[in-house]
Amino acid sequence: MASVPAVLTSEWTKIRSVSSTTWTLISAFVVTVAMGTALSALLNAQFNDLSEAEQATFDPTFVSFSGTVLGQLAMVVFGVLVVGTEYSSGMIRTSLAAVPQRATFLFGKITVAGALALIVGLLTSFVSFFLSQAVLGDRGTDLGAENVLRAVVGGGLYMGLIAIFSMGVAAMLRSSMLSLGILMPFFFLVSQILAAVPVAKTVARYFPDQAGSKIMQVVPDAMNSDPAPYGPWGGLGIMALWVVAAVLGGFLVLKNRDA
Amino acid sequence: MIEVERLTKRFGRKVAVDQLSFQVRPGIVTGFLGPNGAGKSTTMRMMLDLDNPTSGSVRIDGRHYRELSEPLKYIGALLDAKAMHGGRSAYNNLLCLAQSNRIPRGRVDEVLDMVGLAAVAKKKSKGFSLGMGQRLGIASALLGDPEILMFDEPVNGLDPEGIHWIRNLMKALASEGRTIFVSSHLMSEMALTADHLIVIGQGRLLADTSMAAFIQENSRSYTRLRSPQWERLRDVLHQEGYTAVETAGGVLEIDGASTEELGELAARHQLVLHELSSQRASLEEAFMQMTAGSVEYHAHSERDPGAEPPPPPGAGWGENWNAPGSTDGKGA
Repeated sequence: MASVPAVLTSEWTKIRSVSSTTWTLISAFVVTVAMGTALSALLNAQFNDLSEAEQATFDPTFVSFSGTVLGQLAMVVFGVLVVGTEYSSGMIRTSLAAVPQRATFLFGKITVAGALALIVGLLTSFVSFFLSQAVLGDRGTDLGAENVLRAVVGGGLYMGLIAIFSMGVAAMLRSSMLSLGILMPFFFLVSQILAAVPVAKTVARYFPDQAGSKIMQVVPDAMNSDPAPYGPWGGLGIMALWVVAAVLGGFLVLKNRDA
Repeated sequence: MIEVERLTKRFGRKVAVDQLSFQVRPGIVTGFLGPNGAGKSTTMRMMLDLDNPTSGSVRIDGRHYRELSEPLKYIGALLDAKAMHGGRSAYNNLLCLAQSNRIPRGRVDEVLDMVGLAAVAKKKSKGFSLGMGQRLGIASALLGDPEILMFDEPVNGLDPEGIHWIRNLMKALASEGRTIFVSSHLMSEMALTADHLIVIGQGRLLADTSMAAFIQENSRSYTRLRSPQWERLRDVLHQEGYTAVETAGGVLEIDGASTEELGELAARHQLVLHELSSQRASLEEAFMQMTAGSVEYHAHSERDPGAEPPPPPGAGWGENWNAPGSTDGKGA
């Protein structure tokens, strides 16, 4: 068997030596933090215009992650490119000739890229939180409050899982363009729209992003959202199942198809 | 030693590689020859475990490729010059490969120097010309200092200087006792580099022979005579028991006779000769004859490449092609 530390070192070299890594991860950080802070400031300024129900369920923690909806797209691009460029460049044949044990190759790649996405996700999450709380002032909360630390760490886990999910999908589809063409509209439009449509939302809340984002809420049914049949960890668990399914699917495709 | 045994690959109904068995012996250059689409690249990909064979197996020193823990130290392969990430520098493309097989970092600089890319090591490989890409691919093959090297069409698209360089490199590697397996669709290229020859056509083995034996069997040598008195010359040759073949413009071709004896014969009969030369049919012609029945893509031909034996033009397109109950399966 190939040496696992050697494969991890190799995958780390691959990730750090392409510019797409830097710009996707910086975008994820900047977009999430900037949009979260800006929306926090906006809601704070217009707090009195919010409906009574929204005021009652105002969740300063959840509000600080408002940027995730856009920032996660950069994480999707990161995840897709990490796997997809192996195929678009033809590098996959060189890579598999060097590491013919396909499980070691794919899981090594996902481990390194997933860990990096997770670290950037956590950093994004904490910075988003602190900046937003600073902007919210008296309406804000702090890490010591009940469930807040869970939500902030959860926000980082969410970003990491979105990236890993995208890696699994790209491994299944073996193409960056196809994967982005499906994942971007799905997370940006389809999932968001279906989650707002009366009948469809009973299904949409089991989508990875809808279920996973539950972890970022501290106040139950935050911002007057619909009650979900699962808790914060249950939601993240559902998302994790999606991730496992995508990665497993990607592995089966890699294992059985010709490179 | 690479042992290929009854290797078969089907893509749907099309058989790309058909019960192929051969061995690549250590210490020599083995040429892998076949027309375009004969299954050379597919076979090489299966040797590296990139494509899964439909049946059959490939063993490298008795083991499957997937069982090799650090395969770059066993086999180096150049399959596709473009098989690198264009956004990564040449150095980093090689470094990540080296690291995966625990090859020391210093070796990256060594191979870059060896292929003449040291000056552009930090440049992104997408800016490379075809020749530079080929050199980078060869550098990656040499990375693990392997005993076995595989090159798929290494001279394709190279300029004469690049072709010359690759030829000398292969000879140098072979002289160090390494096993070289190199594919080509050009017989002339093989004749210059290979010691042993494996010829395939439509995925089937056509020949497995030493280069010397192939040349001896396939290169017909004859003497060419041109004379203004060619009719008399023909009669004289006939009387002396030579078989002369007439070709256009009064040229005679004689098998199995030396230029000396024919020249002296003409002198004895006081015949004027305008030409007396020894000719050799090219190996390219021999190769084309051998693979004539199995060329995959003829220009201006539309026959079904999977059909076997090749049907005459128009077969399968007779008036009954759409008749109900047709059972030949064509067009299914």
